[in-house]
Amino acid sequence: MKKTPLYERHIALGGRIIDFGGWAMPVQYDTVMAEHERTRQAAGLFDTCHMGEVEIRGEGAFSFLQRVLTRDLADQRPGQMRLSLMTNERGGILDDLTVYMLSGDRYLIVTNAATKDKDLQWLLKIRDEGGFGDVVIEDVTATTGKVDLQGPKAEEILQVLVPHYLHTLKFYHFLETTILGMPALVSRSGYTGEDGFEIYVPAEGIGRVWDRLLQVGGDYGLKAAGLGARDTLRLEAGLMLYGNELDEDVIPFEVVYGWITNLEKDFVGRDALRRRYEKGVERKLAGFICRGRGIARKGHGVMKDGREVGVVTSGTYSPTLGKAIGLAFVPPGLAVSGTVLDIVVRQNVIPAQVVDLPFYRRKRQYYFFNLFI
Amino acid sequence: MARITPKDRFYTKEHEWALDNGDGTVTVGITDHAQELLTDIVFVELPEKGKVVAQMETLAVVESVKSVSDVYAPVGGRVVDVNGRLEEHPELINNDPYGQGWIAKIAMEDPSELASLMDAEGYEAMIAQESH
Repeated sequence: MKKTPLYERHIALGGRIIDFGGWAMPVQYDTVMAEHERTRQAAGLFDTCHMGEVEIRGEGAFSFLQRVLTRDLADQRPGQMRLSLMTNERGGILDDLTVYMLSGDRYLIVTNAATKDKDLQWLLKIRDEGGFGDVVIEDVTATTGKVDLQGPKAEEILQVLVPHYLHTLKFYHFLETTILGMPALVSRSGYTGEDGFEIYVPAEGIGRVWDRLLQVGGDYGLKAAGLGARDTLRLEAGLMLYGNELDEDVIPFEVVYGWITNLEKDFVGRDALRRRYEKGVERKLAGFICRGRGIARKGHGVMKDGREVGVVTSGTYSPTLGKAIGLAFVPPGLAVSGTVLDIVVRQNVIPAQVVDLPFYRRKRQYYFFNLFI
Repeated sequence: MARITPKDRFYTKEHEWALDNGDGTVTVGITDHAQELLTDIVFVELPEKGKVVAQMETLAVVESVKSVSDVYAPVGGRVVDVNGRLEEHPELINNDPYGQGWIAKIAMEDPSELASLMDAEGYEAMIAQESH
């Protein structure tokens, strides 16, 4: 298994290590519940060094990204980030990723850990088909350290380390600044449904940033949090996970990602997606809350009127709601708030009700969460 | 931090305990070590009263936020009682695994099966082995 530069620190903190897409990552240090609640109420610090970072630069960078990504980036400005998808010729989702526009001809894309190598090969293949002018694609994952600082106290904590004023940094915007004398990129974003930041520094300095954040953040209730809490936090926030909700057989319209798929633009997979869009989808992702006793998990069947109609893609106990929640693919007619479904949990069938996403929305919002990403 | 492993009962390799009640029944639960591995238990699927289980067959299911684990019957027999409090308070298993966190009572089919289980000393030795 690959180790991040923070691996020894996870061991020292008593982290339980699991294999996550080939990476030795901490699933929890304390308990998932404690780390989850701490992130909702104060702050949590997550090692996200395993995620992939790829720099795209050159005069053809913009037209290249327009070709490989589903989202129209024409209105993106330096300092802004965008959530986008990359699809294959069939319109299947290769990855969901974020795009940082560093300057007119320089972008940073941040991919999932398990998909990075595949993404890189795909990017090189499309580039080599030509037609974009000069485009350099550089995998900077190994030299980039990344942590996510998430929670209502994140801004106060990070402000101690950063010379730029953070309060006016908008959601899905970033700034290039310094931390402990090192160049750093800080975006207001994350994967928990809380306010917070994704922080990038050179890999050799990430350990010092981690230590300093935990030291400063201690007074605010900050502690390290593992992948277990990251998963329950993202699910409560209604955020999808590649490998669960998303894969190459899933198209954007099935997972309510139509809003980042611009069919007016010429990208790989566009024609296939147009046909699929006109035909209509056969399944849609729906959020549900279990009404009976039991916890739905990935792979459990979904029934309606005694017939199997779908499958659970993610399911967990929600620490915030105190109930079992999940996401499932079901026929579009059933992906409607209020619909009652049956989830097959081992030998039991438990009722669940379809609800609007997210399951959890933080109270104090700087910006409307769904509109700007 | 770890609790003392009670010497009044038997243990399985799968981290269940069985307390012989002296009336042909055993009370069954999971060990302190097991609850520590699971961490915050949020759901317990209890067996129906009257269910007949064989030794080391699945008796119940305990779930933490992240994981799902079977609880095996230390001895075979009929389930005569279940700890209904766990439905509302599954955390009793974390907080009092050898006491209020008991899971079920089984009327033993064959009390000689108890002899196949470990005593507290044997169980602790096994845990010590595992952690090396």
